[in-house]
Amino acid sequence: MSKQPYWEDVKEGDDITSLKKIATTQMLVKWAGASGDFNPLHYDEHFAETSGVGRPIVHGALKRQWLIQLMTDWMGEEGTLKKFSCRYRAPDYPRPMKTMSEPEEGETWWCKGKVTKKYTHDDEHYIDCRIWVENGKAEVTTTGKATVILPSKS
Amino acid sequence: MLPEEINKLIGQACGTSIFEVEKESIRRFADAVGDANPLYWDAEYAEKSKYGSIIAPPGYISAQWYWGHSDKRDPKEPASEVSGLIDVILALEKAGYQQALDSGIDYEFFQPVRVGDTIKATSVIKDIVERSSGDEKAVFLFTETTYTNQNDEIVAITRTTSTHR
Repeated sequence: MSKQPYWEDVKEGDDITSLKKIATTQMLVKWAGASGDFNPLHYDEHFAETSGVGRPIVHGALKRQWLIQLMTDWMGEEGTLKKFSCRYRAPDYPRPMKTMSEPEEGETWWCKGKVTKKYTHDDEHYIDCRIWVENGKAEVTTTGKATVILPSKS
Repeated sequence: MLPEEINKLIGQACGTSIFEVEKESIRRFADAVGDANPLYWDAEYAEKSKYGSIIAPPGYISAQWYWGHSDKRDPKEPASEVSGLIDVILALEKAGYQQALDSGIDYEFFQPVRVGDTIKATSVIKDIVERSSGDEKAVFLFTETTYTNQNDEIVAITRTTSTHR
């Protein structure tokens, strides 16, 4: 992980360090088990087709966790995540597996963000960000916002 | 028009979930996300951090395992036929809304969630709204959940939206 950012060093308009993710069918199985979301929309070909999404889609909540990681990686251990919101705008489709551990070639997703506001309140130093997930075609499939408290040099 | 069994859920508390935050469960969660943050994995490292212990990733508390997790209802809650969020979704399914889509979430975080914590989650159905466009009907479910720990501190509040067709 990178150096701890301090509030004074961050500017409005700064980019949040991008986070690369590859959704695979195997990752979706791990996520279903870890989160307890067994909606067949995410693993059952027949159900996904009759539901109108074509084939199984990435869990919205998994994309949420990607975006949360985007912020927790960037804010460093001394940072604190105060608020987080996201909306799932479009489906994402996982890469199938080529071997027991490697996925087939395919899409790579990027979680990105931009600092929109910096301010202080009650002695704490806040950073607001706009965040989103781009799919392999650079289309935005998930949007969101986050507020973190960063340590201050003062 | 929403059937009465669905309408009467608006404003209802959906019971209280109670769950323990466990180390291996945190690891499985972090592994599924692909997040190698040592605060979730390495007890020795985490104990030297400002948290003093392994913590759960923000968002861990929303895992579906913990919806309606305890079958013990908080004795101060009014009696309700609905004992968890799962029951609300099942009621919607019974009324013909078979597909449930998570649309998004808003979090406010107040305290870290540490390994060994016992978390209580109380959900309230804020609103259930039906919208039609042509032949298509969809129901939007708005839920607010308050999470507290064993010290009665609020650790987080969430507002979730799901779409049911």
